[in-house]
Amino acid sequence: MSAPAFSPLRVPLVDPPRSMAAITEEIAAPLWRRPSLAFWALFAVSSSALLLGVGCVSYQIAIGIGTWGLNRTIGWAFDITNFVFWVGIGHAGTLISAILFLFRQKWRTSINRSAEAMTLFAVICAAMFPLIHMGRPWLAFWMFPYPNSRGPLWVNFRSPLLWDVFAISTYFTCSAVFWYLGLIPDMATLRDRATPGSLRRRIYGLMAFGWNGSTRVWNHYEMVYLLLAGLCTPLVLSVHTIVSMDFATSIIPGWHATIFPPYFVAGAVFSGFAMVLTLMIVARTVLGFEHLITVRHLENMTKVIIVTGGIVGLAYATEFFTAWYSGNPYERFTFINRAFGPYAWAYWTMVSCNVLVPQAFWVKRIRTSPWAIFLLSLLINVGMWFERFVIVVTSLHRDFLPSSWSMYRPTFIEVGTLIGSFGLFLTLFLVFCRLLPMISIGEVKGVLAYAQTRDSSTQRTQGAA
Amino acid sequence: MSPIARPFVAYFTREQDVLAATGAVRKAGLVIRDVYTPYAVHGLETAMGLRRSRLGYVCFFAGLTGLTSMLFFAWWTSAVSWPLNVGGKPFASIPAFIPVTFEFTVLSAALVTVSALFGVAKLWPGRVADTLPRVTDDRFALVLESMTDDNRARALCLEHGAVETGWLEALPEPRLAALPGVKG
Repeated sequence: MSAPAFSPLRVPLVDPPRSMAAITEEIAAPLWRRPSLAFWALFAVSSSALLLGVGCVSYQIAIGIGTWGLNRTIGWAFDITNFVFWVGIGHAGTLISAILFLFRQKWRTSINRSAEAMTLFAVICAAMFPLIHMGRPWLAFWMFPYPNSRGPLWVNFRSPLLWDVFAISTYFTCSAVFWYLGLIPDMATLRDRATPGSLRRRIYGLMAFGWNGSTRVWNHYEMVYLLLAGLCTPLVLSVHTIVSMDFATSIIPGWHATIFPPYFVAGAVFSGFAMVLTLMIVARTVLGFEHLITVRHLENMTKVIIVTGGIVGLAYATEFFTAWYSGNPYERFTFINRAFGPYAWAYWTMVSCNVLVPQAFWVKRIRTSPWAIFLLSLLINVGMWFERFVIVVTSLHRDFLPSSWSMYRPTFIEVGTLIGSFGLFLTLFLVFCRLLPMISIGEVKGVLAYAQTRDSSTQRTQGAA
Repeated sequence: MSPIARPFVAYFTREQDVLAATGAVRKAGLVIRDVYTPYAVHGLETAMGLRRSRLGYVCFFAGLTGLTSMLFFAWWTSAVSWPLNVGGKPFASIPAFIPVTFEFTVLSAALVTVSALFGVAKLWPGRVADTLPRVTDDRFALVLESMTDDNRARALCLEHGAVETGWLEALPEPRLAALPGVKG
């Protein structure tokens, strides 16, 4: 067979190069090691935050939504802000796992596993907020159309809130299946690495589904992986589109905008990549994966941030322009009030973090410095949280009737719930890092030869090592 | 030579070697049982002469079924079973049913396709694996159907960089029936 020609310009994805056995060893090793002190410190912080959240949510369920700072004018505030924020975080994982796969971006291999895990955990955090906002979360199953003794009274298929139920649950299910499918070959690797007869081997063996690396199975597997990537790509776009329709189908000035779907999707990818960067920079340092998640990976992600940040900035400008150009006095008022009203501080935090901060990534030195990226990504996370806060709260707090004008301030319970959602997210992520391979072992092996020509002599020494 | 017909196995450490050996062995008319690899080696399915997976059709028809059933269900509940006047909108407001229909299409296509993969490849939780040594770590194993004389196979594999050759006591349990396209 003819050897595929590789460009000498390609930069290796694993740098410095390693043998396949070394890849297995170093990705699996953290699962065998006892947790480090740094892990326990992080775990203590995150599980304490989670505990605070559990306390606040329990109190809210016991007492009622009155424990929140909502009022008749501002009926949606912190919980919906957090919901949209967390759903958005999840989008980067699917973008990396599905869209970059379809675009044949090989660099995704060392970040897709943890980014997809992040998607799942972020969707869990997101789903929590509408659930607790129901007030009677034990009746949450009423959201699904099932034959019931009330008529049967069906759900309203014309409501974007119902679309959300289907979008979020489909998104979670498909992401979980996609993620698990990618895990199966790695589970087999871990199973075969574990001591025969050990509990670890039995558990990984159970999860590996009897995988033995057969090419006949790989042939089907690759097809299914491709199909799932193809299904998840429109799915991820639909999820934030539908989330944006929760707002856009209403007639509230500031919400009723046709730009919302693309604006929300871009914002979701933007915030998601910021969160991936935040987590990856910590994880690669703590676990010593700097040669697998290289500076080039980080740099590529900052480039996605520049693009999506640009789209978000353009959307802010377009919204303002449309508010002025529409001639609608309510729409104009809402936007002038956003920028110069009582919540102007939130608006300008959002603009500085989301439009100005990403511009720093045009500078190569910043783009290639992990700590600079880490700090900037934190700022973007803050900015994107404020974006949702600005959209939800500033559009509501000045009603059509000045007599209903009001202000919103979160209570301790709401702040505690937000902190708790971060606690849940980080705790799940830390547990994931301890129990499952954080990087896809099989896929990284597949890109070891990415930058080399097939007849290079370095390959033989690598394989024999 | 082996007194009884037994499967022959050759191990490789480099992707390009196993690719070349698979092609050569097949060209020489030997029957390939399977090739076990730690990751999906692209081009190996062509070298083995495997047919393109037809799970795409399963995916398409599952999606189509999901689409029609959810569209029908949304219409039936909203316009037939209990028509509710929501803001004066038509009972059969088809465009408003599309988001849910789309989500359900994706959901059914994804779940059915993955189930079909598990069915076709006979993968299930806790299934005992019959893995050849190190093929999930850093080696590729080319397994040929049972034979008694391995001179030709051994020579071909060694020529293409096999690091170890030998007999298997038994075939790894077949996961998939040998396809007609594989032979020769």
